[in-house]
Amino acid sequence: MYDVAKIRKDFPILDREVHGVPLVYLDNAATSQKPRAVIQALSDYYERYNANVHRGAHTLAIEATDAYEEARAKVARFINAPSPENIVFVRNTTEAINLVAHTWAVANVGAGDRIVVTEMEHHSNLVPWQHVARMGGAELKLMAMTSGYELDTSDLDELLTPATKLVALTHMSNVLGTITPVAEVVAAAHRVGALALVDAAQSVPHMPVDVQALDCDFMAFSGHKMLGPTGIGVLYAKEEVLEQMDPFLRGGEMVLEVTYEDATWNQVPLKFEAGTPNIGDAIALGAAVDYLSALGMDSVREHEVALTGYAMERFAELEEVTTFGPSDLSVRGGVVSFYMSEIHPHDIGQVLDQLGIAIRAGHHCAMPLVRSRLNVPATARASFYLYNTEAEIDALIDGLNQVLRYFGDAASKRA
Amino acid sequence: MQLPSELDDLYQDIILDHYRSPRHQGLLDDPDLRGEGFNPFCGDQVVLTLGLDEAGRIAEVGFEGQGCSISQASASMLTGHLEGKTLEEAEGLVRTFKGIMQGGEFTPEQEDELGDIVALQGVKRFPIRIKCALLGWTTLQDAIAAYRKTHD
Repeated sequence: MYDVAKIRKDFPILDREVHGVPLVYLDNAATSQKPRAVIQALSDYYERYNANVHRGAHTLAIEATDAYEEARAKVARFINAPSPENIVFVRNTTEAINLVAHTWAVANVGAGDRIVVTEMEHHSNLVPWQHVARMGGAELKLMAMTSGYELDTSDLDELLTPATKLVALTHMSNVLGTITPVAEVVAAAHRVGALALVDAAQSVPHMPVDVQALDCDFMAFSGHKMLGPTGIGVLYAKEEVLEQMDPFLRGGEMVLEVTYEDATWNQVPLKFEAGTPNIGDAIALGAAVDYLSALGMDSVREHEVALTGYAMERFAELEEVTTFGPSDLSVRGGVVSFYMSEIHPHDIGQVLDQLGIAIRAGHHCAMPLVRSRLNVPATARASFYLYNTEAEIDALIDGLNQVLRYFGDAASKRA
Repeated sequence: MQLPSELDDLYQDIILDHYRSPRHQGLLDDPDLRGEGFNPFCGDQVVLTLGLDEAGRIAEVGFEGQGCSISQASASMLTGHLEGKTLEEAEGLVRTFKGIMQGGEFTPEQEDELGDIVALQGVKRFPIRIKCALLGWTTLQDAIAAYRKTHD
């Protein structure tokens, strides 16, 4: 039985007040809050066995190495990767994608080649590919979005030419909540000999994800959006791909043998983890994965589908508000972007903050999508997670009614 | 739940009035100075055009923009204080306003001179909005700097 009240007790921050009222945290697509178990794992490491990993014969070093590698194994199991060796620890999704761009793509994408992304990408899965295309003389093509805010796969066969080397797509849009048909796109990419990279920053925290079922070659996600600390993220890649990739950063830890003239590389994934890694945060990410696994990702997804459905019903009551995103909950995550023509998202966010309600206002690091496809300067966005409640959505809707009254009154005072 | 009164310091009536009915709307056809400002944080945008008279004083002002109430109201208020000023005087005005937004206080003389702009003082209590309030002003500064490059 999924018990939200009990879950909320695990998150110390949910007890705090903002401007004298209880916090209603609806900015989970930006970052999630952390359960006590994660905070505890972090302080345990620093209080009890802080040491560098993969070197040193002393007890602390062995404990730290075991915990770090156990975290890697937990992450691998969580996304059903074949082995912990498929998991490279990085800082975040952006770094994971840049790692692929600066190693695999530099070696494999050249003049006349094609990279395909979608119109829904976060800047982190767009800007690195713009750079790769420009540097290599390749072309960057877009998979369009349907009028219903879903990924348009109708012209996949024309888009994915034999010149296509990489398809990079989001698994869940951080602006629209759209869940894309990743398996279908990956299969199409493989048919033309291209590899596929999945930006799973919004999907891995919120739904069951199985990299072997999706058959993607790369997957990138961040720890901090899935109850983990900031500064730790994951690149998953197939083993044969990792083996043929050059290192990203060079230095300590990633080498096998070094002479004054040359060096050979450590085995994967350590080849890609130059320097002392983010040990404490990786271990705490392992604790976050434990927490999510104990709840069960099917239950988390089910809870968020119910919340999103409820939110969409409540939003429909607000005539002045336009929402963006698929109406079919089976292809939508817990994200509601919305817009009021008369009141700028930043002003909406400001008034809601005074009511203790945290949402995001802006272009959500997806400027082309918001400005050229949704055709608005910015949106306000509420995004949900496993600890949110219908009562919090009611608070949001009440807050939006207050926003409407506040700016409406201010306008009518002069009328 | 009641909205706290703090909010009224930020959203003073005069600010919302400028937001709803911005002054000097519309760009000049053949401006002497033109500046474009963009705040990527929230997508606020201001385009400012100025026409000079023979003595080099600002004779005409036109602006367009979209964005939050603070950015647009502040830019609108600014346009009301430019006509008749030299570019140096306009820069002085920008310096004064920036100084206030960055923590200074208006002197009584400045309050007299700036009039409605004084209402923007409430923004200081909401540090994240200061950038919004400054957008039109930094756009003007940039426009003057660009003009000088080609005319000095």
